[in-house]
Amino acid sequence: MASEYHSSGEYIKHHLQNLTYGQHVDGTWGFAHGAEEAKAMGFWAINVDSMLFSIGLGVLFLFFFRMAAKRATVGVPAGLQNFVEWVIEFIDSTVRGSFSHRNALVAPLALTVFMWVFLMNMMDLIPVDWLPYAASMAGVPYLKVVPSTDPNVTFGMSLSIFVLVLYYSVKMKGAGGFFSELAFQPFPKFLFPVNLLLEGVGLIAKPISLALRLFGNMYAGEMIFILIALMFGGSWILALFGGVLQWAWAVFHILIITLQAFIFMTLTIVYLDMAHAEHH
Amino acid sequence: MNFNATLIGQSVTFIFFVWFCMKFVWPPIMNALETRKKQIADGLAAGDRGKHELELAAKKAADKLREAKAQAGEVIAQADKRAAQIIEEAKMAAKEEGDRQLAAAQANIAQETNRARESLRDQVAALAVAGAEKILRREVNAQTHAELLGQLKAEL
Repeated sequence: MASEYHSSGEYIKHHLQNLTYGQHVDGTWGFAHGAEEAKAMGFWAINVDSMLFSIGLGVLFLFFFRMAAKRATVGVPAGLQNFVEWVIEFIDSTVRGSFSHRNALVAPLALTVFMWVFLMNMMDLIPVDWLPYAASMAGVPYLKVVPSTDPNVTFGMSLSIFVLVLYYSVKMKGAGGFFSELAFQPFPKFLFPVNLLLEGVGLIAKPISLALRLFGNMYAGEMIFILIALMFGGSWILALFGGVLQWAWAVFHILIITLQAFIFMTLTIVYLDMAHAEHH
Repeated sequence: MNFNATLIGQSVTFIFFVWFCMKFVWPPIMNALETRKKQIADGLAAGDRGKHELELAAKKAADKLREAKAQAGEVIAQADKRAAQIIEEAKMAAKEEGDRQLAAAQANIAQETNRARESLRDQVAALAVAGAEKILRREVNAQTHAELLGQLKAEL
């Protein structure tokens, strides 16, 4: 399919471009054509594909889980309920293992993070050209189907979690306690500017690393799928080899998408646990 | 990397999803899990209790059986004893009755003998009188000779 593009560079760029809606430089509203136009729209533009896919997947997750919750019986579980209970018990045991305080928010938060990130990552397993090609047939110029390759999505989650971390830090330790945690350790009190700098960086690094880790892994994985897809434009031997590679990478990717979802969830739990912990 | 309002949209969406999950998904399922866990634990405990009770009942049954056997043995022994006693009593009674009947029969016999002897005496006396009459060839006045006859009777 790369043959429809003038160069492989263009093909890759096209695949990495979100469908962005916003105000053009000339004042009209519409979809951006190309990365430069999207950039020129500034902050008040929205990646329609990211929003649609992420909301769709989140609704899918909540729909099925809500259905299972409604039908939840104490008796022998079957089908959907069995699966949902399996996931919930897995999340619950992870939360119990990493979170040592009482907070009714953390476990549902972890469940949402895990399932949502997992589903968004799973979009990566759909062959890279299918949905964008279908969309281009329907007249949509750009379509990026994996929401977690959009930093807006990962940062949206990690910043929300960061707000929660700050909220619980202040709630559990008080503003003074939180400040002293940042300023009076690890070095003695008179070195508090150094402490503040170190701890401040550590604090800020939490949401950034959380978001960038997921984004980086998914972006790189998607990039490799795109590079493999480029092979389909070559000779049939190359295409066959590409097919084998794509299958192999997809199999390996199943591990990555699960692992990344799990890491995101676990770190969320750990950060919230640290926010609750009184030390020193 | 190109940040735009998607960031805000995602945050809002995320917060909504978490809220929904916390409100409508997690509690009912967790509830069902907890309740089932409790039910299973209760069931297992009840099973254990039942097993224990079964053991107790078996022990009790064995005890009862042993007791019943002992009692039955006792009853049989008692019955045997009683039977022997009854037989003994019956023997005694029979012997007594026999003795009594023997005595009565002997008395009867003696009486009959006496009676027979009496009638024999009378008849012998009458015979003697008749003989004497015949010998004397005359009528003997019974009244005149009553004293003689009585003497004769007494001698017989």
